[in-house]
Amino acid sequence: MRRQLPFILVFAFGLFMIFQYFVPHESSERAYEFLLDWTTIIGIFALAVGIWSLVSVTIEKIKLRKPAWQYSFFTLAGLFLMILFGFTAKVDGHWGFHFYTSEGLQNPMFRSFFDYILTPIQATMFSMLAFFIASAAYRAFRARNVLATLLLIAALIMMMRFNPFLGPVGPLFEKTANWLLNVPSLAANRAIIIGIGLGMVATALKVILGIERGYMGK
Amino acid sequence: MITYDKLMSLDRRWVFLFLALVCVGAYISSVEVPLRVNKEVNKIYNFIDTLKPGQIVFIAIDYDPSSQAELHPMTYALSEQCFRKGIKVIYTALSQNGPGMADQAIRDIGDSMKVDRTYNGVTYKGRAIKSGVDYVFLGYKAYFAIQILSMGQDFRLPFPQDYYGKPLDSLPMMNGVRNYSQIACVVDIGAGNITDAWISYGQGRFGFPMALGTTGVMAPIYYPYLNSGQLMGIMGGLLGAAQYEQLCDNPGLAKDGMRVQLFGHMVIILFIIVGNIGFFMSRAAKKREGR
Amino acid sequence: MKRILLTTTFLLLLMGVASAQADSAAPSPPAPPTGVKAVDKPNDHGHAVNISWDMSPDDGKGANSVVTYDVFRWIPAYMDSVAQIRAGLSGIRDTINILDRANRKWSVLEEHLTGDSAKLANDSVVAAQRIPQLRADLKRFRQVLASAVERLPEAHKTYPENGSWRRVGTVPAGQGKYSNVGSKEYEEPDYLPDFSDFYYRVDAVGVVSTTRSSSEVSAPVHSSGQWFNTGRTTVLVFVLAFGFLTVLFVRKARAGHDLYVRPLAGIDAVDDAIGRATEMGRPILYLLGAGTAADIATIASFTILARVSKKVAEYQTTLIVPCYDPIVMSIAQDIVKTGYSDAGRPDAYKEDMVFFITQSQFAYVAAVNGIMIRDLPATNLYMGKFYAESLIFAETGALAGSIQIAGTDEVAQLPFFVVACDYTLIGEELFAASAYLGREPLLLGTLKAQDYAKAAVLLLAIVGLLAVNVGHEANVEWLMKFKELFKVID
Repeated sequence: MRRQLPFILVFAFGLFMIFQYFVPHESSERAYEFLLDWTTIIGIFALAVGIWSLVSVTIEKIKLRKPAWQYSFFTLAGLFLMILFGFTAKVDGHWGFHFYTSEGLQNPMFRSFFDYILTPIQATMFSMLAFFIASAAYRAFRARNVLATLLLIAALIMMMRFNPFLGPVGPLFEKTANWLLNVPSLAANRAIIIGIGLGMVATALKVILGIERGYMGK
Repeated sequence: MITYDKLMSLDRRWVFLFLALVCVGAYISSVEVPLRVNKEVNKIYNFIDTLKPGQIVFIAIDYDPSSQAELHPMTYALSEQCFRKGIKVIYTALSQNGPGMADQAIRDIGDSMKVDRTYNGVTYKGRAIKSGVDYVFLGYKAYFAIQILSMGQDFRLPFPQDYYGKPLDSLPMMNGVRNYSQIACVVDIGAGNITDAWISYGQGRFGFPMALGTTGVMAPIYYPYLNSGQLMGIMGGLLGAAQYEQLCDNPGLAKDGMRVQLFGHMVIILFIIVGNIGFFMSRAAKKREGR
Repeated sequence: MKRILLTTTFLLLLMGVASAQADSAAPSPPAPPTGVKAVDKPNDHGHAVNISWDMSPDDGKGANSVVTYDVFRWIPAYMDSVAQIRAGLSGIRDTINILDRANRKWSVLEEHLTGDSAKLANDSVVAAQRIPQLRADLKRFRQVLASAVERLPEAHKTYPENGSWRRVGTVPAGQGKYSNVGSKEYEEPDYLPDFSDFYYRVDAVGVVSTTRSSSEVSAPVHSSGQWFNTGRTTVLVFVLAFGFLTVLFVRKARAGHDLYVRPLAGIDAVDDAIGRATEMGRPILYLLGAGTAADIATIASFTILARVSKKVAEYQTTLIVPCYDPIVMSIAQDIVKTGYSDAGRPDAYKEDMVFFITQSQFAYVAAVNGIMIRDLPATNLYMGKFYAESLIFAETGALAGSIQIAGTDEVAQLPFFVVACDYTLIGEELFAASAYLGREPLLLGTLKAQDYAKAAVLLLAIVGLLAVNVGHEANVEWLMKFKELFKVID
């Protein structure tokens, strides 16, 4: 029964989701909204489980002195300090814990940590993409065969399309690049998207009908 | 031959170093990058420009600090254009770190608005913008798709209070403003799946005019929506942001960053060419040896 | 003097004529719109009516004097009584919110405060004592409103007595339709009751808002919800056909028919990659992507993880699964645990194999890259939804010398994976992977159904292309409308 119950639930709710797509009636809409509320509630509980997992894995790392365990202190400090700052605020000249109101969002430490630590760190991570694009392009765009040559030429045209130093040839590049985007690239995209769409419907059916039980570890 | 092989298997850290040097060099240089403005950016500018004072533009700030380099300049240029023209703005931030981005942008734009400025030949007097009067920042709530749908019913359903904790009904600007029907357009500035939700759940369901600001990587994905008429315009990446700044006559971070991007692209092209020369030379050398 | 007098008289006369002319030039109202029809909005949950009309003869032609059309609905006075109860209700709700908020804010600080602030804090704490009473009032108001709303259809029957015409919408000239959409929640001010007689009237309005003329009143209409969305019939037909094909091929597969599927290099590489990790004595990193548990790509990834974890347990290799979403993490933990017990090694499973990191995109990237650089996994598997982080993962993995296999349905990220990984499963190949890995006839059956559906889509696309083009050339209406068959209305 412990194994059967999840499949029954998946079958019932999966079927209901299909049903409500075709039934616009108020009662079906209300049931749908009720289920959406449940998604939010489950998500919040799962977040607590997730945070617990993060904390226990990090503490374990420190205990066992795993490689680079020292960084784990930063993880824990980041997690707990931001929560602490987010709940404390100075109102009318006095500091206090504000669990239920949004006063903590104005906490200067909360803002400073966001503006001067989180923002630059995240921006740095994203900017690494530029370097990786350069190195990936260097390795990948080589005219090994006909297809690779086509890819190489298309890539060069795309990169040159907004180059202002090309003079009168510039607009030609832009036109060709737009054609590449709107015709061959779009056609290929659509073909992939149709395949994905069918694959999604098939997977959904497999899950609802209980043919695919991998998500249960079966 | 050894040299070509070396060229082929060049340690990528050299690529990184060279790119970094060129980027820094480009940043400190003062080369002016001329821009051609795309029609999809122009359309957004013209739409906002023809709105009347008092009308409301909805700006969804759905990005994290990671994509701020490309997207923050769009928020700045667009918001300042609205405020200078007396257009009101509703902000939301449905990505996890979005509220911080929005809060930062609102503070900075507030400072900039206090100064007299001339844009496109029109001088605007400096003034302080007020929350609840000139703009409302609704804040963040998890599960964006559900929030986008509920805002179609009433902004008060997901956000009974604004980000600063004031009930929406107590804000003068929200008087009579219930849902998207009272909004001139929605501009989503985002870098991921929240944008998809805005298009399918928001625009698809409620039919408001919608424009998009997105990162350079994601922009090509959304062009089909431009053709289908679901989007009126797209600002794509740093280039889109720089074009918008140029249209607003308000050059900022994007215009500045274009220099770096342009030279960065040229370095990548250079490396591709060098890589191919190495590839052909070493192949030719191998063929010669084989013979 | 005489001259001045004459001039004045003349001027006065002139002004008189001018004002008389101005009077006669007072704009006359445009001709009214005709044929106002109101019907229940189809394919919806109710609480909405579509109104259409034949435009005024003065709209765009004739006197060309129509600026807007105002749409009016007859509303019984009883609606105002209901609105008053509703306003009372929302007033109480707001008061509770404000008192509650003030109380929460000040009760924290109460003991530290002195002077005016202390008085303010004390006042708000005292005022908050009213909240239970207000909550009881709120409940009572809700009951009253609920029973008042039930009588709305009855009140609408009293037309045309005890009510008035109110504007419900305005559309610009040149447009002959409007949707009067209300809320389904009776606590909302724009609530529109179902099964009530609605009467509509449309005014053509000129430049001055008082110059208007009204149409005839429409026949009464009821709004109500429907039990089937006819705009989605095509989808239903497709789902049924596809479901039929799936069942058919699953039965065939069960009956022992040999179903051929083309080999996929990326799938074959998975087993080799696990073997390689075992030989090298290094771990396997498995990423489920940035999707939620509701994304089909993540579900497909779960099924691959199930097979991978079983194999990993058999080969006694280490598995690392850092997660982006807590729900995904909980499911993944169960999958890996089951995989280990199915392989007969439940003791080898450790809780910290599958763990949550963060839902912040690039903080997640930083953590995973750290794992790649420190633990140097032999194999990286990226299966699921990936966004801007794809190339950062794949390039760092390449730098660490790992074999990499990726699979995603995010079209924008596919090029990045293709250039930086050893094998990439493109879109649907990811969904098919579980069938390939397991080689179970049931799963292969669904793959076959997918192939046939794809063939049908291809055929329909070609037929549609021909039909629309031939129809356009030969001007055959029904051929041109072929594509309308596939239109899905939301």
